[in-house]
Amino acid sequence: MLDCGLDMTSTLNFLPLPLVQSPRLSNLPGWSLKDGNAFLDKELKECSGHVFVDSVPEFCLPETELIDLSTVDVILISNYHCMMALPYITEHTGFTGTVYATEPTVQIGRLLMEELVNFIERVPKAQSASLWKNKDIQRLLPSPLKDAVEVSTWRRCYTMQEVNSALSKIQLVGYSQKIELFGAVQVTPLSSGYALGSSNWIIQSHYEKVSYVSGSSLLTTHPQPMDQASLKNSDVLILTGLTQIPTANPDSMVGEFCSNLALTVRNGGNVLVPCYPSGVIYDLLECLYQYIDSAGLSSIPFYFISPVANSSLEFSQIFAEWLCHNKQTKVYLPEPPFPHAELIQTNKLKHYPSIHGDFSNDFRQPCVVFTGHPSLRFGDVVHFMELWGKSSLNTVIFTEPDFSYLEALAPYQPLAMKCIYCPIDTRLNFIQVSKLLKEVQPLHVVCPEQYTQPPPAQSHRMDLMVDCQPPAMSYRRAEVLALPFKRRYEKIEIMPELADSLVPMEIKPGISLATVSAVLHTKDNKHVLQPPPRPAQPTGGKKRKRASDDIPDCKVLKPLLSGSIPVDQFVQTLEKHGFSDIKVEDTAKGHIVLLQEAETLIQIEEDSTHIICDDDEVLRVRLRDLVLKFLQKF
Amino acid sequence: MDPECARLLPALCAVLADPRQPVADDTCLEKLLDWFKAVTGAGSSLLLLQEHPCLVELLFHVLKPQDLSSRILSFTLRLAGIFAAQENCFQFLQGDPSLFVASAAGQLLVRVLDLALRGPAEGHVCPQAWDWPACARKVVCHLEDCLRSEAAPRVTQALHVLTTTFGHCHGLWTQGLWARLSPLVARLLEKDPVPAPHALVDLLLSVARSSVLSSDPGLWETAAQALSRLSPTQAGPLAAGILKLQDCPQALRIQAFRILLQPLAHVLEAAAQGPGAPRLLEGAAGDLMAVDTFPPSRSACVGLLCSALAHLELLQPLPQRPSPWPQAPLLAAAVTILRFCNGSAAPSSEAGSRLCTMLVGCVRVQRAALDFLGVLSQGLGPQELVTQVFAILLEYLVSPDSSPTVLKKAFQATLRWLLSSATPPGCCDLEPYAQLVLGELLAVLQKRLCSPCWEVRDSGLEFLTQMTRRWGGQGSFRQALLGSEVPELTRQLLQDPESYVRASAVAAVGQLSSWGLLAAPSRPEHPDVPQKTPLEELLLVLTTDSEGFPRRAVMRVFTEWLRDGYADVAKDPEQSVAPVLQAASRDLDWEVRVQGLELALVFLEQLLGPLGPSTAAPPGALTQALQALCRVQLFEFALRSLFDCDRPVAQKSCDLLLFLKAKATPSGSQQEVGDGPNVASVEAALRRWQAGEQGQPLGELAPETVLAVLRSMDLEALRDTLAESSDHVERSPQSLLQDMLATVGVLGDNEADCY
Repeated sequence: MLDCGLDMTSTLNFLPLPLVQSPRLSNLPGWSLKDGNAFLDKELKECSGHVFVDSVPEFCLPETELIDLSTVDVILISNYHCMMALPYITEHTGFTGTVYATEPTVQIGRLLMEELVNFIERVPKAQSASLWKNKDIQRLLPSPLKDAVEVSTWRRCYTMQEVNSALSKIQLVGYSQKIELFGAVQVTPLSSGYALGSSNWIIQSHYEKVSYVSGSSLLTTHPQPMDQASLKNSDVLILTGLTQIPTANPDSMVGEFCSNLALTVRNGGNVLVPCYPSGVIYDLLECLYQYIDSAGLSSIPFYFISPVANSSLEFSQIFAEWLCHNKQTKVYLPEPPFPHAELIQTNKLKHYPSIHGDFSNDFRQPCVVFTGHPSLRFGDVVHFMELWGKSSLNTVIFTEPDFSYLEALAPYQPLAMKCIYCPIDTRLNFIQVSKLLKEVQPLHVVCPEQYTQPPPAQSHRMDLMVDCQPPAMSYRRAEVLALPFKRRYEKIEIMPELADSLVPMEIKPGISLATVSAVLHTKDNKHVLQPPPRPAQPTGGKKRKRASDDIPDCKVLKPLLSGSIPVDQFVQTLEKHGFSDIKVEDTAKGHIVLLQEAETLIQIEEDSTHIICDDDEVLRVRLRDLVLKFLQKF
Repeated sequence: MDPECARLLPALCAVLADPRQPVADDTCLEKLLDWFKAVTGAGSSLLLLQEHPCLVELLFHVLKPQDLSSRILSFTLRLAGIFAAQENCFQFLQGDPSLFVASAAGQLLVRVLDLALRGPAEGHVCPQAWDWPACARKVVCHLEDCLRSEAAPRVTQALHVLTTTFGHCHGLWTQGLWARLSPLVARLLEKDPVPAPHALVDLLLSVARSSVLSSDPGLWETAAQALSRLSPTQAGPLAAGILKLQDCPQALRIQAFRILLQPLAHVLEAAAQGPGAPRLLEGAAGDLMAVDTFPPSRSACVGLLCSALAHLELLQPLPQRPSPWPQAPLLAAAVTILRFCNGSAAPSSEAGSRLCTMLVGCVRVQRAALDFLGVLSQGLGPQELVTQVFAILLEYLVSPDSSPTVLKKAFQATLRWLLSSATPPGCCDLEPYAQLVLGELLAVLQKRLCSPCWEVRDSGLEFLTQMTRRWGGQGSFRQALLGSEVPELTRQLLQDPESYVRASAVAAVGQLSSWGLLAAPSRPEHPDVPQKTPLEELLLVLTTDSEGFPRRAVMRVFTEWLRDGYADVAKDPEQSVAPVLQAASRDLDWEVRVQGLELALVFLEQLLGPLGPSTAAPPGALTQALQALCRVQLFEFALRSLFDCDRPVAQKSCDLLLFLKAKATPSGSQQEVGDGPNVASVEAALRRWQAGEQGQPLGELAPETVLAVLRSMDLEALRDTLAESSDHVERSPQSLLQDMLATVGVLGDNEADCY
C-alpha cells in the first residue's frame, strides 16, 4: 500500500469547536426543511446561508471496501502528511504487516497526529450527530452536505493510544536503504525534497523497476534536495502529490504573504496564519527573519501556538542529515540550521502550547499568530477567528493549500477581517514534471486522471496537465489498473560447486553454452540451482528397478543438437545412400520428406525431426544418422 | 600636426614596419587611427603625405609580401583608406594591383575590397563597368563569385562588403555596381532556404537608404520579393526598416506593415470568441496565416512576438508611420497578448490554447507588450478598450506573479495611460474612469510598498512620485491619496534597508510634502513627542545616511523646494538652507557637493535675481545678500570647492563665484584697489587648500573681504583650466606616440637581454 493519507476536508461540513464558549456559535439557528419540518435542528445549524453539522468533526478514511486491508503486507509512507490515516488502518482492519517510513516522517507525523488528537479531545462535545447521515435524509439536505460521499464511513478522530500503537508498527528506514520484501522485490526510499524526511520510493525486482513519486519539490527550501537520478530507467513511474495550486508560484506567494503581513501590522492590525505545526512554517519563519528588520517590524511579536510547537521547532533543528546542504553545513559551525532559533532567542518569536496559561499574560497587539488547524474547525485558530474576525484592521492569511479558504471561512461569516489567500505549495508543478519526465525517461507514467487534463475551471490551460510520451495512463477512484509490464525473467543463483562443474562450449563467437543438470530450489521468492544429489550406489538387489524409478541424472547424457537441416542437400544425401523415389512436400511448419518406396516419412520442423517408419529399426537408425550429420552436437 | 609629433612619427613608422618589433596593444593602433582621422579631417591628406614621406614608405613597405602581423596590415590598410578618402590623394595607392593578388582571402580581403570600392574617381557620371580600374573590376568579379557561391559564409561576406559599400559611398558609381550585382542578389532570394537572410536584409536596407540608389524601381521589387520569401522573423527588421524610410512605394509599405502586424493579428484571431471581434488584417490573407505561419517552437514564437511589438513600438511615434494606424485593433492585440501571458485569456480555438501554453508566464513578452501598450497611450481608443487596458494593467499590478521588471513596466504604462486620459486633453484632472481606477491603484501601491523585493518598492515609489507631481494639486487625487496608507508608508520607507529605495522615498516625500500630502505621522503611543517635519526628516537623511543615493536625492528635493517656493522653506529660506549647505559641504560624495552648490546658486538667484542684462544687484540688496551668504557659510563652501579633487565640484563652484562676481561688480564700475580690506590671510588659506591642506578653516568672513577676494581671483582663467578634461595631458597624440615608442623600446631591451 502506497501511503495512507486522511481526507480532512470532511471536517469543513462541521461547526468549529471553540476553545472558549462562543455565544455566536451556540446561538446559531437550527436548520429546518423547506416544509418547516425541524427534526434535524439539533444536528444541523445554519450560518449565513450555509448548513453545518453540530457535532464532533469526522474524517473521511481511505477506501476500505476495495481490498481486504488485513491482506496488506507493507505500507510505504512518503511524507508525514500522507500517514494521517495510519491508526485507522493498523488498529481497525486486521492489518498485520509492516509500515516503512523515515525517522523525521514518523516524528513529525506523530506531532501532527498528537496535535490533531489534542485539538479535538480538549473540547469534548456531548452531542454526536448521526441522523443526517441517513441516505434518505441526506438527499434532502442542501449542498455541500447533500453531495458528501460515503458519509457512513466517516469516523471520529483516533485516540493517542491508537496513535502510539500505530506508530509502533513502523520500521524506520534511511534514504537509499534497500529493503528486501519477502525476496520478491526490493524497496528503497529516496529524498523527494518536499519536507523533512519526505521520500519517493523505488520498488524493483531484478528485471523490473517501478518508481512511486509522491509529494516532491525541486525548489530550494529546507529539506534535502530531490534525488532524481535514481528514478531513471523505470518501467513504470507512478506520479502523485503534485502541487494543488499549479497557478500559484511559491516565491510570489511568499512575497504576497510578507507584503500583506507588513501592511496589516503597520496599520495596527493583527495577522492570523492558520497552519500546520511543521513544514512551510519553517520556511515562512525564515523569510520573515530576513524581512522583519527591513520592513521595520522588529518590535512586532510573532506567536506560534500549538500543543506541539516546542517539539516541532526543536525537532527541526536536530534532523541535520535530512536537511539541505546549506543547513547541514551550519550544523558543523556549529549553528542552528534554522534561523527561528535566533528569533526565539531574541524574543521575536514566542511559542506556546495553547492560548491558556502564559500566552494570555504575554499577549501583545498588534501581533502575528501562527496556529492550527488550517481547516479553521478546531484548534486555537478558532479562538482568534472569533476574536479578530470583527475588525477590518486584522487579516487572516491562508498559506496551506489543503482546504478551500472560502469553505474554511463559511461558519465565520459575516466577517470584517481581511482574508488573503497565499497558498504556498512547493510540490512539483506541471512544468517541473515535464522536465523531470524528460530527465528520468520512464517507459510508462501512471497518474490520477485529474493530472491528464486541464483543471475544469481553466480548460484552455493546456500547460496545466502532464504532457509526456507515451501519454500517461490515468486512473480514477476505485479503478483497478494493470501496470503495463510482464515479469518475464527471474534471476537464479548457481551454487559455486555446480558452476565449477560446467563445461561451456563456444557455439558462436562470444556465445558459449553448457548443459546443466541441477535441482532448482525455491524459497522466499529466491531461486537457487544446487548440484543434483549423487547417484545412488547400485544396491546389487535382485529386484529389477522400474525404468521410471531411475533418477534422470543416472542416465547417460545425450548430446544436445543444434542447427537446421537444408532439405535439398538432405535429399541429395538420401539419394547418394540409395534411396530413390523421394518426394518433398512443404508444410506450414517445415517439410515432409516422403520415401515412397520404403513407406517412410521424415518430418522436418523448426524444432523437431520425426522419422516415421513401419517398425524397421535398422532403417530408422540409418536415417537418423543421416539427419544427425547435418546437426551440431555438444 | 604639431612639431613634436612630427619628430616622433618617423621612428614610429619604422617600428610599425618592422616585423621584429610587435606592437602589443591593439588599442594603441585604434587610437593612432583616430588621431590620423582627426589630422586628415583638419587639413589636406596630400600635404600630410608629402610632408611625412615616412607614411608613404610605411604604406609601400606593407604592400610587399612579407611576414607582417595581420593587425599591422589591417592598420595600414585602414590608414590608407583614411588617406584615400580624399580624392586628390588616391594617387598613392591606386596603381598597385598586386595588393589584391597578394592578399587572397579572409577578413583582410574584405577590408581591401572595401578600400578599393571607396576609391574610384568620385563624381563622374555613373562610370560604366569597362571604365572601372582594374582592381575594382577584380573586386566586383570576386563579389560576383561570392554571391554565386553555394557556401553561406562567402555569400555573407560579400553581402557585408556590399552593405558597407552602399552605406558609406554615395557616389554615382554605386548605381553601376548595384545594377550589376542586384540580379545576383535577387537570385539569392529564389533559393530555398534563402542564404544569409540577416545580411541580405542589411544590404537591402542599406541600398534603400542610399540617396543614389533608392530611385531604382528594381530595388523595391527585390525588397518586396524578400518580404515574401523570408520567414516572418527574418523579414521583421526589413519591414520595420522599410516603414521608417521617408520615401518608398505605398504597395511595399502596405506589404511591410502586414509583416509586422501578422503576429499580432494571429494573436487576435486565436483569441477571437466569435465573429465581430477586432481584427488587424482583413480578408483572406488574415485567415490564411492564422495557424501555420506561426512558429511552432516556444522560443521562436516569443522572439517573433517580441520583435514585432518592439518594431511597432518604435514606429508609433514616427511621422511617417503607416496611415491609417490601426490603433483600436493594436490596443486589443496588446491587451490580448497580456491576457495570454497571465493566463486570463480563455480562447476556444486550438490555436489559442497552443498560444496560451507558449505565452503563459513569459516575462519577455510581458515586458514588450507593456512597453507597446504604454506607447499606444499616445493615441485614442474606444472607451471599452481603454477600460480593458486599465483592467489588464491593474491585473498585472495586483498579481503576485508579476516579476519586478514586469511590474515596473506595468507602472510605467499605467502612468502613461493615466496621463493620456486627462479630459479634455491638456486639462490636469483625471477622467471619471481613471478616478475610479485610482482607488484600486492606491490599494495596490500600498501593498507593493511593503513588498519584500526592493525593486518593487522602488518602482512603486517612483510611480507615486510621478503621479503626485502630475496630480498633487487635483482634488480627487488628493482625497484618494489622503484616504490611503500610502503617505505614511512612504515616510516609513525613508528607513528602508536598501539605499535605492531610500533615495526614491526621499523623492516621493519631497513631492508629497510640497503638495501638502504628507500628514504628520500618527504615533498613538507617544502623543506628546513633537513630530518631525518633512524638512527635518530629510535633513536627518542627509546627515546620517551612509549611502550616497539618498543624500543626493535629498539635495535634489531641497533644491526643488527652494526653487518652487515650498511653504516650509519659503517662510525662512536662510534658516532652511543653512544646515543643508553645511551638511552638503562636508559630504564625501562629490555629487552631493555639486548639488549643494546648485542649491546655493538657486539661493543666490533668489537673493540677487537671475543673471540677466541688468546684472548688477542694487548695493543695498547686495550687502544684505552677502551678509546672509556669510551667515550660511556659503563662501567657505564655495571657495573650498574651487580646489575640490572632483572637477565637477570645482567647475560648479567657479560658476557660482563668477555669478556672484558679476552681481557684485557691474561692468564699467571702478575697481577699488589698495584701500580694500586685507585679503592676505584668505589668500594664504586658499593657497594652502590648493596645495592639498584642506584642514585649515577660513574663519569669519566679512562681506567686503569676500568681494575683495572675488576681485583678486582670476576666476575666468580658472574656469578655462577646469573646462579641459583632467586627462587632457594623457590623451594627447604626443603622449600616445611616446608611449608606443617606449613600449617597443622596452621590448627591444628585453630582446637584447636574451642574447
